[in-house]
Amino acid sequence: MAMLQQQQQRRDRIRLMLLLTPGLLWLVLFFALPLVIIVIYSFMTNDALGRVVYQPTLDNYITIFTQSLYINAYWRSIWTSVLTTVICLLLGYPLALFIARSPQQWRMPLLMLILIPFWTNFLVRIYAWQIILANNGLLNGLLEFIGIGRLSLINNEGATLIGLIYGELPFMVLPLYAAIDRFDFTLMEAAADLGASKVQAFLRIMLPMTMPGVVAGSVLVFIPTLGQFVVSELLGGAKVDYLGNLIQRLFLRANPINWPLGSAMAVLMMIVLLVLIMLYFRATTEEER
Amino acid sequence: MNDSIAIELRDVVKRFGDVVAVDHVNLQIRDGEFFSLLGPSGCGKTSTLRMIAGFELPTAGSILIHGREMGITPPHLRPVNTVFQSYALFPHMTVAQNIAFGLEMKKTPKAEIAQRVKEALDLVRLSGLEERRPRQLSGGQQQRVALARALVNHPEVLLLDEPLGALDQKLRKEMQLELKSLQARVGITFVFVTHDQEEALTMSDRIAVMNKGKVLQVGTPTEIYERPNCRFVADFIGETNFIDGLVIGRDGNYTVIETPDGLRFRGLATRPLSDGTAVTYSIRPEKVRLLAANGEVPIDGLAGTVLTVNYIGSDTRITVRINDHRTIDVWEQNTRSTLDRDEYWQPGEPAVVVCPPDNALVLSE
Repeated sequence: MAMLQQQQQRRDRIRLMLLLTPGLLWLVLFFALPLVIIVIYSFMTNDALGRVVYQPTLDNYITIFTQSLYINAYWRSIWTSVLTTVICLLLGYPLALFIARSPQQWRMPLLMLILIPFWTNFLVRIYAWQIILANNGLLNGLLEFIGIGRLSLINNEGATLIGLIYGELPFMVLPLYAAIDRFDFTLMEAAADLGASKVQAFLRIMLPMTMPGVVAGSVLVFIPTLGQFVVSELLGGAKVDYLGNLIQRLFLRANPINWPLGSAMAVLMMIVLLVLIMLYFRATTEEER
Repeated sequence: MNDSIAIELRDVVKRFGDVVAVDHVNLQIRDGEFFSLLGPSGCGKTSTLRMIAGFELPTAGSILIHGREMGITPPHLRPVNTVFQSYALFPHMTVAQNIAFGLEMKKTPKAEIAQRVKEALDLVRLSGLEERRPRQLSGGQQQRVALARALVNHPEVLLLDEPLGALDQKLRKEMQLELKSLQARVGITFVFVTHDQEEALTMSDRIAVMNKGKVLQVGTPTEIYERPNCRFVADFIGETNFIDGLVIGRDGNYTVIETPDGLRFRGLATRPLSDGTAVTYSIRPEKVRLLAANGEVPIDGLAGTVLTVNYIGSDTRITVRINDHRTIDVWEQNTRSTLDRDEYWQPGEPAVVVCPPDNALVLSE
């Protein structure tokens, strides 16, 4: 009996290894290894021609912390990401709630409507926003027609924010929908029955219980927003530097290009992300403990 | 118990689209009463309860709680609390936090909340489980937390929506008695929704039997069981022998009916019935007596043959064939302890069924 059990356990282990190997291999080759290279580069020196010289230094990090260009990019990106996440949450929660409370046969079609934009390439959709927001674009045409007159809607930080919220909203709505769909609305009746107003019932019962969806959605929105460079370039007009734009420039277009400094910025961005997300998890899961 | 009215429903109607869930219901529930709404699923009992709680608003009619017209008062401003079928405990809160919730909403001082939560836990015998989460409790314990969470607010009326439905049979019986004694202790009016007739009979001071949105009969358990006013109530509460026939006359207090196959029965009618009225005669199996055949058939008796004998522990349930079309069920209590099967009736044995007219009803609908 014990022999048979051992045999089975060994067979199970072999199967598990076989199943895991391809994924692990992929992650090591294309995730862990490049990450290690980036971390190593961030401590290297750049020469006048933009080549990486294998000479360890802390200069890259010192540059980031001492030059306002870089510090400002971090603050701008963090602030924009926070703003995008909060607005997505405020827009997304009612939307997810509405879908989750719709009649059963309407929920899938409504979710599809949220997902349909993904069928089109993101860049194309952002170009579409250029057409909408341009100085002689659709929106300004409408504004002029109703007598408000043309406004400067594009190539500013507001346009960047609009593009980011537009792009990220589905990533907020989907996890929120999943969380709200699981929520037992009898609990809201129970809260009302015990004297809670709608607002009190939401804050004390529904919000804490759908917090996993809020956290997941926020993380999904915050992370890509922090490193983005496309929206700020195409809609923001590349007038101010966001983290992603700086890193992209350092790697590809600066004269000379500077991979070590770009790597240091990327590493620091990852650290910022890790710290912020850990703080966020701690703050939002406090109720559970 | 005094005679003041805790809850009054005046001609209440509730429609969901084309479906009439509650159909012109009038009820008066007295202060301090254990009142049950009893009926099959879909009879409108839960809708009625939800309208009292304020989760649904009546399509027409009015609901008064201690004389105050509820109108569109939202649930959180009504002086009632509910124990939900699913308990609806807040999973992210401890037992103590669940129970304290209602008091916090009323801005009760912290010290008083602590005191009352403790009392409520004592009341439902759950002291020591304050810090547990609902999912760490058994079904029976969750049930008690739901009770404590409602009672701690000292509601004018406690509404209970099939609260024992999820419990197993034995626990259910225990909780029935416990709920009943709890209600007597706290003196709060209980409105209890159930589809379990035995549960309603055990616990209630009065019962309203509902079917298809209408209240058919309101009365004490004894009245409902012994004097059902219609075929549905007689059928729904307990078991009974139904015999269809026509009224052929009266005999003193009794109404006499005759069946198509020529049998005659005497029973009590709730109202005078003219000859020729189609009626249903009803007699409960435990009220029927079974005598050994000795060649004579007494008044209200019918000669027959024992068809089946089922021993179920407390009773023996016997089906007696009267003629080709008709059988009558008789339940005899097993008053003696014996293993001798000859003590019981044997299938095929001739016997006489006696239906005492004082225990039989003639129902006209």
